[in-house]
Amino acid sequence: MTRPMLKTMPLPYCKGCGHDLIAKHSAAALEKLGFYPLDVILVTDIGCHGIIDKCMNTHTVHGLHGRSGALGAGISFGLQAPGKKVVVFIGDGGATIGLQHIMEAARLNLDMSVVVHNNMLYGMTGGQTSGLTPQGFRTTTSFEGNPYAGYDICKMSHTAGATYVARVLGIGDISGDLAKVFGQKGFSLIEVMEICPSYGVKLNPGRKLAEVVKSAGRETGVWTGSREDFSHRQGKKSGDLLSEVSGIAKGSEHRLKNPLSIVISGSAGEGVQLAATLLAKASISSGLQVTQKGSYPVTVGVGFSTAELNLSPGPIHFHGIDTPDLAIITSEDGLNHNRKRIMAMQQGSLLIDSGLAVPETSARVIRRDFRSVGARNAAICAVLYFARQFGVLTEEILLHIMEQEGKAAKLPIEKIRQVIES
Amino acid sequence: MQEKTLQDLVLTDGSRLIIESLARSGADAFIGYPITPANLLYLYGSQRMELMLAAPDEITTLQWMTGLAATGKLPVTATSFPGFALMLESINMAYMMELPMVIVLVQRLGPATGTATCGAQGDLLLLRGMISGGHPVPVLATSSFNDCWTLSARASEIAVRLRTPVVLLTSKEEVMTQKSFGLSSLEEIKPVSRPLYDKDDPYQSYKAGPKGVPDFLPVSQNVHQVRLNASTHDQQGNLQHSSEEALSNTRRLEHKVVQQMKDYLFYELDSQDGANSLVLACGITAAAAREAVGMMRRDGHRVSLLVPKTLLPVPQTYLEIIGLYSRVVIAEETMNNQLGELLFGSSRPAHIRFAGGLGKMISPREIIREVMS
Repeated sequence: MTRPMLKTMPLPYCKGCGHDLIAKHSAAALEKLGFYPLDVILVTDIGCHGIIDKCMNTHTVHGLHGRSGALGAGISFGLQAPGKKVVVFIGDGGATIGLQHIMEAARLNLDMSVVVHNNMLYGMTGGQTSGLTPQGFRTTTSFEGNPYAGYDICKMSHTAGATYVARVLGIGDISGDLAKVFGQKGFSLIEVMEICPSYGVKLNPGRKLAEVVKSAGRETGVWTGSREDFSHRQGKKSGDLLSEVSGIAKGSEHRLKNPLSIVISGSAGEGVQLAATLLAKASISSGLQVTQKGSYPVTVGVGFSTAELNLSPGPIHFHGIDTPDLAIITSEDGLNHNRKRIMAMQQGSLLIDSGLAVPETSARVIRRDFRSVGARNAAICAVLYFARQFGVLTEEILLHIMEQEGKAAKLPIEKIRQVIES
Repeated sequence: MQEKTLQDLVLTDGSRLIIESLARSGADAFIGYPITPANLLYLYGSQRMELMLAAPDEITTLQWMTGLAATGKLPVTATSFPGFALMLESINMAYMMELPMVIVLVQRLGPATGTATCGAQGDLLLLRGMISGGHPVPVLATSSFNDCWTLSARASEIAVRLRTPVVLLTSKEEVMTQKSFGLSSLEEIKPVSRPLYDKDDPYQSYKAGPKGVPDFLPVSQNVHQVRLNASTHDQQGNLQHSSEEALSNTRRLEHKVVQQMKDYLFYELDSQDGANSLVLACGITAAAAREAVGMMRRDGHRVSLLVPKTLLPVPQTYLEIIGLYSRVVIAEETMNNQLGELLFGSSRPAHIRFAGGLGKMISPREIIREVMS
């Protein structure tokens, strides 16, 4: 004989609690659908419903308050075998704090079923109002009745993309309703309406469940969707991230004796980071060790763009640059971002566009019309000038890297030559 | 131009090394919510991991990871403080459920949102106290590109062997800065083995083996019942208030990490004969410390260097090493010496000095100044 979903022990609920009904009828529904206990992963939330685990012969996963929707989703993502069923038990309090988790699972139409035990208040912590408490329903924190309308979790789940959503009264035999929910492929949710016998019944004497639900505008019913259920659609994958960074060909040897720190700065969108990367790769090709760090505002498409490079014949441990040996400035944005640094330079060189006002500095100042080759090419023009005039590495090796990276073709080489030879 | 290929020198960043290492060591899912400065890790994770899921927030991230781990996956995420703060309760859940995962925490300048694009080292004490009850979660800190490679693989191994979340601690400058790097220096990485419970006796989800770690079974199998529980529970995984069996299980969580992490003690000690001074730094500041120690030695000073890489649980070894020196300078990108507080509490001995600061990398000169003062 097949093992039943539920053990034979008495369930741990107060007399008259709808949770008892849900547990028994959920078990019956799963058995009716032909599931074996270990085909089912029951994910429970925090709340009275969550103490059901010990009574179940299924796998049980008992998580945090409100998060069972997301925890169940994680399990659903990871299940590869067909014939498994993820069932999430959650209360109206859990559904309130974990609303987005439920909406996300519905949006993705993940293969899982959620049973919302809506007993209209937080039963475990003293009968407080939840986000799913119907308007007018009395709780220990709203003696005159909840002044606000509750979430319509069914309508929200349906709109988000669920395959199947239902709301039922937790009275009589609901195993057929639960079987329809558990039998779906894709995301399904059922809201079972109950009144907590310990708080709700006492605080709302004489009110009947059907009347409370109806007066709150929460009709019972079924809502179906047609969204395709979730499947893993992964983009093209890399089998080895390291193979995507190719070794750099060795060119003619550098002529650098001591470490050199360089700051290149201009405006966003003007190729500063690209120029720095080309210089970095050309330096590696010349046998140097290199570090390259980019800085820009959080709005990456506007304002300054600064690159910091360290070139060294030996190992580089620390890559921070306080005052650089060389500052290359190609725009007002770049100048403003590095003004203090430039003014602090006691030696070294400042390579700056001739259209910019030079700050007071002890660095050797070299002014060239870098922007005359177009703002987008100004930084590349400046690093080519550096290669030509500073003798650290050859212009040839830098041009070779530019060609290799497919950046040379669009450059106005003749105009650049005029600038760097000037 | 006459040329030959430099055998393996590339321009790369630490994020690439971390994700590739995690993938090779067995991580098979990247779950995340984008945040600066962990965005390169997110990008590479999406490209490299067999399964990538974009979660709508960091709470969901950890919940999805835990669910995946329950099915036998080894999930990974990368975040920074604002995201990590949201993850905390769920990390506690994964710790209590004893499910493996790796969380790469990229430190940036706080408090709160702080400055997303500015590095910092201010999350260490948060990590020390992140589990309610003060139980330690294994934390490894990278201090070089080679660490990004080797420690990431060790993080996977620890997560699986100890059945626990593991934090790989790093910072903005370590994972976003590009450097020339020789790939041939990288050790080979093999996937961590994942033995499953294979006995006929009824499985108890939290019945520990000789090393204090329970055998694992995923909820996807249908031979044995699995009970996972984030509340106080007995060996079977059934919720308990505070029975002796359940409290013993909670004590075991701490004991297994403390005991087993003795096999995962990673640090770099560059001691010099006759040195009375020791520079102590981890993470990004270790780079400045190496530079500073090199500079002082070139000037004829005797000084040693200790770079802790296993940060939590705190290895006693560090205190033993520190005890050999009359002057110790701890360098760190904070204003309050979190590493010092972790090692010595709030009243540090007078010979423990501090070179720190906010919003910038600590420079070798600042460290030297403190050693020489």
